[in-house]
Amino acid sequence: MIELEHVERDFEVGDEMVRALADVSLQIPPGDYLSVMGPSGSGKSTLLNVLGLLDRPSRGSYRLEGVETTTLEEEARAALRRQRIGFVFQAFHLVPRLTAAENVALPMVLAGVPPTERESRVREVLESLDLTDRAQHRPDQLSGGQRQRVAIGRAIVMHPALLLADEPTGNLDQHSGQEVIALLEQLNGEGITLVIVTHDASIGQRARRRVRMLDGHIHSDEQDHAPT
Amino acid sequence: MRLPDLLQYAERSLRGAPTRSLLMLLAMSIGVASVILLTALGEGARRYVINEFEQLGTDLLIMLPGRNETTGGPPPLFGETPRDLTIDDALALLRHPSIRRVAPISVGNSPVSFGSREREVTIIGSTADFFPVRHVEVAIGRPLPQMPAERQLNVTVLGWRLKKELFSNQRALGAWVRIADRRFRVIGILDPAGESLGLDLGDMAVIPVASAQALFDNPSLFRVLIQARSKEEIETARKAALVTLRRRHDGVGDVTLITQDAMLSTFDRILRALTLTVAGIAGISLAVAGILIMNVMLVAVSQRVSEIGLLKALGGSERQVLRLFLAEAVMLAASGALLGLLLALVGMHLVNRLFTDFALIPPLWAAPAAVGVALATGLVFGVMPARRAARLDPVQALARR
Repeated sequence: MIELEHVERDFEVGDEMVRALADVSLQIPPGDYLSVMGPSGSGKSTLLNVLGLLDRPSRGSYRLEGVETTTLEEEARAALRRQRIGFVFQAFHLVPRLTAAENVALPMVLAGVPPTERESRVREVLESLDLTDRAQHRPDQLSGGQRQRVAIGRAIVMHPALLLADEPTGNLDQHSGQEVIALLEQLNGEGITLVIVTHDASIGQRARRRVRMLDGHIHSDEQDHAPT
Repeated sequence: MRLPDLLQYAERSLRGAPTRSLLMLLAMSIGVASVILLTALGEGARRYVINEFEQLGTDLLIMLPGRNETTGGPPPLFGETPRDLTIDDALALLRHPSIRRVAPISVGNSPVSFGSREREVTIIGSTADFFPVRHVEVAIGRPLPQMPAERQLNVTVLGWRLKKELFSNQRALGAWVRIADRRFRVIGILDPAGESLGLDLGDMAVIPVASAQALFDNPSLFRVLIQARSKEEIETARKAALVTLRRRHDGVGDVTLITQDAMLSTFDRILRALTLTVAGIAGISLAVAGILIMNVMLVAVSQRVSEIGLLKALGGSERQVLRLFLAEAVMLAASGALLGLLLALVGMHLVNRLFTDFALIPPLWAAPAAVGVALATGLVFGVMPARRAARLDPVQALARR
């Protein structure tokens, strides 16, 4: 499903060129559960942004579901993000003036889904996340765990194939964090490809496949044997 | 993205920052309202002046001594001074069938006194025809008598304010007042209702033209008012008057004739230009409002960096983000314009109630132009912040926590 070949990403910092990704090649099959770990500045966030089509590699090739994305126009990349990719962020990034239901509906609004269909899909998603009674609450009226669940609802409402989570438990307490991870794993169990970037070894270890980044390289790539 | 969703999103984000939005609304609406009110003021003034002129009568010609236009040709051999415009000149005009009435006018300033009270006013020397020609009437008594214009007679018709100040509530008719060193009998009081542009019926006294010329020791007339038989005959009357005067003045056309139309169109042009100027000045305030919108939208963009990044991550394209921010700017401008229209309406209503004889009427183009300019400024000044928002790098935008 995801094929990265010799992907590099350079950033210009002052006069210097900093190589955030150096010769990264990675294949992720559909339905995989993968964690990316590594120290700060090792390039794991850059990798996630490249995977999420928010950032463009300087060199190399990235095929998503067989489509070469590096040559696509911005409009087409936006359409792919809209249809195939869901994001979960450490800081939730909910729109503060919108209710939980409206936040969940936002990707559908951007995609031009008609309101009646939006409503039923939002209801479905909120129900599956056990947030029905919080639908009309604004983010500041929700707990951290609830906020992240709303954010996850927003990420999956378009039924993406790929879910990218950047430190999804970074702003949560132990208990809520575990709930959120359990939810993400449940979604993975339903077939979605899950990539989690994290500092937290205990969370990273749970993934079937664990990629460790160092100085822009893939340092190690461990794979459990898939439970057959 | 569907249009209603786009508008709703823009509207909610405007509501999300009510102070900011209200301030911008205020700036925009004041701009629009001032354009409409100021042009209404100019247009009102124009109509007022035209109305005043039309009250004077459109069949009126005014003759003054001296020539205002150069007609070309060789310069005169002898230095010449314009001949006096005399009472005989004026009376000669009456022989033309196109001219109905003629009122020679001599003007000067002089103290008028009764008993111990004295006032310096304008003295108008004229004939009985002055009253119908200028649409002036007497409230009490009678106007100057019909008599040969060359005849002196010590009678006067007083302005209403002058009468009040000299006589207060005493009876004035039949009394003798002193004008300069002569005594005149009061035969009438002017009616203030006939008051119109350029003629203050309060502080003046009307006496026979021959008496005025003797009083001021000046054989030349100040003006001759000529009333044509009808509006259509004005041009004929004008030519006839010129020919007559040229013949009487040894072949030299040394008088100037002004028609009401010429004066009217001059005033019309001046006041239209004034209205446009004022509209331009008010337009600047609209531009200022536009710059304010740009400013505030730029602040909004930098405050909402993470939201913009999020929209992009959720699949919003550059074009969508651009549209969202443009929609906000245009929405602000539009509601500002609407509020401005309302303000202007209320303002005009108030002014029209307070000053009943001066109507504020905006020219037809004012409201559409003001609203159009408001929307255009919203769009133009909205583009820059919107582009900045659209081009925001989502990676960096989302990195802000």
